[in-house]
Amino acid sequence: MLDAKAVRRDFPILDRKVSGGKPLVYLDNAATTQKPTQVIDAMDRYYRETNSNVHRSIHELGERATEQYVAAHERVAEFIGASSYEEIVFTKNCTEALNLVAYSRGLRELKPGDEVVISQMEHHSNFVPWLEVCRLTGAKLRIVPLTPEGMLDMAAYEAALSRRTRLVSLTAMSNVLGTITPVKEIVKLGHEAGATVIIDGAQSVPHSATDVRATGEDFLAFSAHKMLGPTGIGVLYGRREKLLEMEPFLFGGEMIGRVTNEGATWNDLPWKFEAGTPVIAEAVGLHAAIDYLDALGMDAIHQHERKLVERAFERLAHLPVKIIGPPPSKRGGLVAVEMEGIHAHDLASLLNDQGVAVRAGHHCAQPLMNALGIASTVRASFYVYNTPAEVDAFVAALEHARKVFQL
Amino acid sequence: MTDGIEDRIARGSAPNPSGAAPSGEDMYREHILDHYKHPRNFGVLKPAAVDHEANNPLCGDQIRLTFNVNDKDEISDVKFTGRGCAISQASASLLTSRVKGKPLSEIKAIDRDQVVQMLGIPISPVRLKCALLSLAVLREGIEIYEKKLPPPG
Repeated sequence: MLDAKAVRRDFPILDRKVSGGKPLVYLDNAATTQKPTQVIDAMDRYYRETNSNVHRSIHELGERATEQYVAAHERVAEFIGASSYEEIVFTKNCTEALNLVAYSRGLRELKPGDEVVISQMEHHSNFVPWLEVCRLTGAKLRIVPLTPEGMLDMAAYEAALSRRTRLVSLTAMSNVLGTITPVKEIVKLGHEAGATVIIDGAQSVPHSATDVRATGEDFLAFSAHKMLGPTGIGVLYGRREKLLEMEPFLFGGEMIGRVTNEGATWNDLPWKFEAGTPVIAEAVGLHAAIDYLDALGMDAIHQHERKLVERAFERLAHLPVKIIGPPPSKRGGLVAVEMEGIHAHDLASLLNDQGVAVRAGHHCAQPLMNALGIASTVRASFYVYNTPAEVDAFVAALEHARKVFQL
Repeated sequence: MTDGIEDRIARGSAPNPSGAAPSGEDMYREHILDHYKHPRNFGVLKPAAVDHEANNPLCGDQIRLTFNVNDKDEISDVKFTGRGCAISQASASLLTSRVKGKPLSEIKAIDRDQVVQMLGIPISPVRLKCALLSLAVLREGIEIYEKKLPPPG
């Protein structure tokens, strides 16, 4: 069992007041999470005691910084079940991790007649790069539809796969619907068709146990800032053999082997994908965030969020709202709603007035919103420090909004 | 160059009748809700000299404006349809009421501050785009009418 009240003591920001003295009810965790003092202190300590460039600074600080930077790769590898730090590439964010694959594999390898498979519920970060790569290469983009319940239509997915499928890129959890997808089955079917399979884990890795050895994807992308870590660092996991056969995305310092006037060779994994001075302090912060999450236990986190979502469903049942997406048993820790008579942006303004921070809008998933025929929703997304009382505060703020709108 | 409304809001000198920090509830005063629930000039003019539409990608607000201009260069009639938040729709309702029967020269001088004043509520910077969508559509519509912009499509 996760003790959210104890967890909250590690997050100083949660004590602050907003909107003229209201306690902050932070329910925008699918956008970004708050940071515990353990993460803030680790980064602070790095800058106060260790700061140096990595890899080639032959002095004590440089060696310590390099150790910490490599250790962060090792920690991430351990956290997601990768076989070694060589399979962990640090990027700017999840979007850049997905773009890395889109550029280095998609743009270089796809030909007219090839196909890329994505789904209707992808975030723009796993939608727009493929739109663009297909436009530039003449490959065809196939978009797997959803079932009426908001699940990935597995029959349609299977039907979309063929010998022409080169790449499959699907989310492990929708940031709007909360839908959890069957990653293992997605990967198995994709591999059977001969495709390389990429998983967008931005919403799944922070909230449940990840084991790439069990699920088998070729690539997994996620962001540190959605899992208690700092902004500015994302992760691309790639299976060793896939990374070895892949060309770099960014070119410059740190990523080379030997450079002459005529050409260059590339550095070892994973450094050949990390051109330029990398995200060192951020990597230290991510390491601390993973330590924190592991201490709580990923299964305990998943159960905690499940309980909050179940409570939200129960309480929302008494309000004239439409919950978008599947029931609690098939979703992660978020709930997006539409309320009759009040636009999502008005709702978010009124919720802010009560100190409740939620996201309103299309959640960077316009193709999904169009497919659902919805302009925008209000989304509450939960994490380790959220309490049942905060779920109730969210629902109470929605009720209050109806009063203001005289509904 | 005069400051934009965003600058003035950032400095705290924008119109704010309550005198307090902008709060959600202040935004949803009786008259705003009234214009939202009972929009004036709602509909589509047929025929119309100008039929123009724009979206606010931030929240999906949408405003379609149709209007006619008489031989004195006045907007003789104007109607709007749209969907979106209360601020965007109330703003369109108020703005269309304000410009009906007015000469184009006068309408073109309406600026962002005047729209905010017309709404009479404190508007937080993130919601300003909602409030100003109808003004943007109207300005583009007038430019289309004066052939400065090609008709869309």
